[in-house]
Amino acid sequence: MATANPTMFQASDLNQHNERVQRRYQLLFGLMTLLLITPVLLILGTLVVKGGGAISWEFLLTAPTDGMRTGGVFPALLGTIWLVTVALLLSVPIGVFAAIYLSEYAGDNWFTRMINLAIINLAGVPSIVHALFGLGAFVLFFRFGTSILAASLTLAVMTMPVVIVATRESLQAVPQAFREACWNMGATRWQTIRRVVLPNSITGILTGVILEVSRTAGETAPIMFTGAVFFTPFLPQSVFDQTMALSLHLFVAATQVPGMAEEIPFGVALVLIALVLTMNSVSIAFRMWLRGKKKW
Amino acid sequence: MVSSGAAAVASDTGAPADNFPSKLEIRNLTIRYGHTVALRGVNLAVREHEIFGIIGPANAGKTSLLKAINRMDVFTSGMKVDGEIRFNGRDTSRLSNVYALRSRIGVVFPLPVGLPMTVYDNVALSPRLRGIKSKADLDVIVQRCLTRAALWDEVKDRLHALGSLLSGGQQQRLTIARALSQEPDLLMLDEFSIAVDPVTTMRIEDVLKELRQEVTILLVTNLVQQARRLADRTAFFLNGECVEVGVTEDLFTGEVKDQRTRDYVEGRFG
Repeated sequence: MATANPTMFQASDLNQHNERVQRRYQLLFGLMTLLLITPVLLILGTLVVKGGGAISWEFLLTAPTDGMRTGGVFPALLGTIWLVTVALLLSVPIGVFAAIYLSEYAGDNWFTRMINLAIINLAGVPSIVHALFGLGAFVLFFRFGTSILAASLTLAVMTMPVVIVATRESLQAVPQAFREACWNMGATRWQTIRRVVLPNSITGILTGVILEVSRTAGETAPIMFTGAVFFTPFLPQSVFDQTMALSLHLFVAATQVPGMAEEIPFGVALVLIALVLTMNSVSIAFRMWLRGKKKW
Repeated sequence: MVSSGAAAVASDTGAPADNFPSKLEIRNLTIRYGHTVALRGVNLAVREHEIFGIIGPANAGKTSLLKAINRMDVFTSGMKVDGEIRFNGRDTSRLSNVYALRSRIGVVFPLPVGLPMTVYDNVALSPRLRGIKSKADLDVIVQRCLTRAALWDEVKDRLHALGSLLSGGQQQRLTIARALSQEPDLLMLDEFSIAVDPVTTMRIEDVLKELRQEVTILLVTNLVQQARRLADRTAFFLNGECVEVGVTEDLFTGEVKDQRTRDYVEGRFG
């Protein structure tokens, strides 16, 4: 048996130095994380404190009255749900299918690289530009008028890159070995996608969709010119009607109406955030259910 | 391990002898990736119901050969295959239905690929792709294939656990069971024992010996002794060239035509 060197496990100066440096970096990363969640907590806290008083069933389920100074937000709430749902119905199938094509079928050539570049650029276009595009294309050229359809199409165009990028990334996170094993046994590309690739990327795809929901519900500029109005006494009956929307309503209530009680805009913001969180929770629950089904 | 039939054609150069039907014939096969040549002018023939070993160091072109046989070149960008590969007498480059070809060839990779689905679904995948839906039929196939891959006893109580949670050796046998579920004519194994412990390796080798009755086996291995234990005939590949094809035992007893083969099997090789 070898005699142990007594100093063998003593920390050298270098060890101690390394340990100190490691602690410093850990602290830095932790502080940054804290910094990250602070604004979230502050915003939520402010909204609850200042707008919580406005929330009631009446606030949620009635229309605004007296030039929006009193009454509720029901038409705007309903309008936002309309806009988000129609935008999702348009952008999710197109975005997901296009991403599947780009990731699973298309080869790597100058054409697909150009498409990918276009998608990234599309994601970087400011929303006001999308708004003007929507106005020109959907409202005027296709003659949809200012309507839910035109506004949702604009939102869909704007958020599709997010869906495509998120979907493509989750598809590419599926190891190539899985695909090759499947191809090797004589499966077609589609059989491989259906049996192996999609089941293993669906949760990531849903995350992309969740992101899109949050973004779509909060956007103001793209719907301002294309389908959302400050005030309408009518609830939308179809996608060809105009509608109120929470985000625009918030903008109006906060800046355009003199003599507005302070708690109303905060209440509207709270409802908007609650709506987004509710939609996200539904998707998260769905994701967990899928995962449970897969026994992961 | 040498069958008397194989020994009778000891002077074999890889060209098919008339009395042995060839499962697989490869003529003047060259594989390129862009400007890199992975395999150069390879000729060999694999007979029905033999274990054909391929030995050789890394970059010899062994894996590329398997890819070309299974027509995986269409999934590999830049891979170009020239020459002729005949499987069951058919030129595979002219097949319109490459899916049927691939479904008749089972492939086992160096690292086990347990698909992220249950053990049962892993083995039932290929039958399902072929359109078998009946639960009873699938049950029979799954049990038979797992049994033949010497895995049934270990997983029969957790058929519905995730296949990728099995140990490495179990996953490799699962991969073999999956390959068998294709009811293949030809089983190609690419260095299957790289990530497998010696005991499991021996178990799989026993499985392969038994399978020889039913399928032709193409065994690529970097363990020359494994080729000696299993293969009836063996080819030695080096730098994209098929240096020599011969009855396995001859390669090990020094009856070689090329000095490089002797150096490699005797371990005197960089």
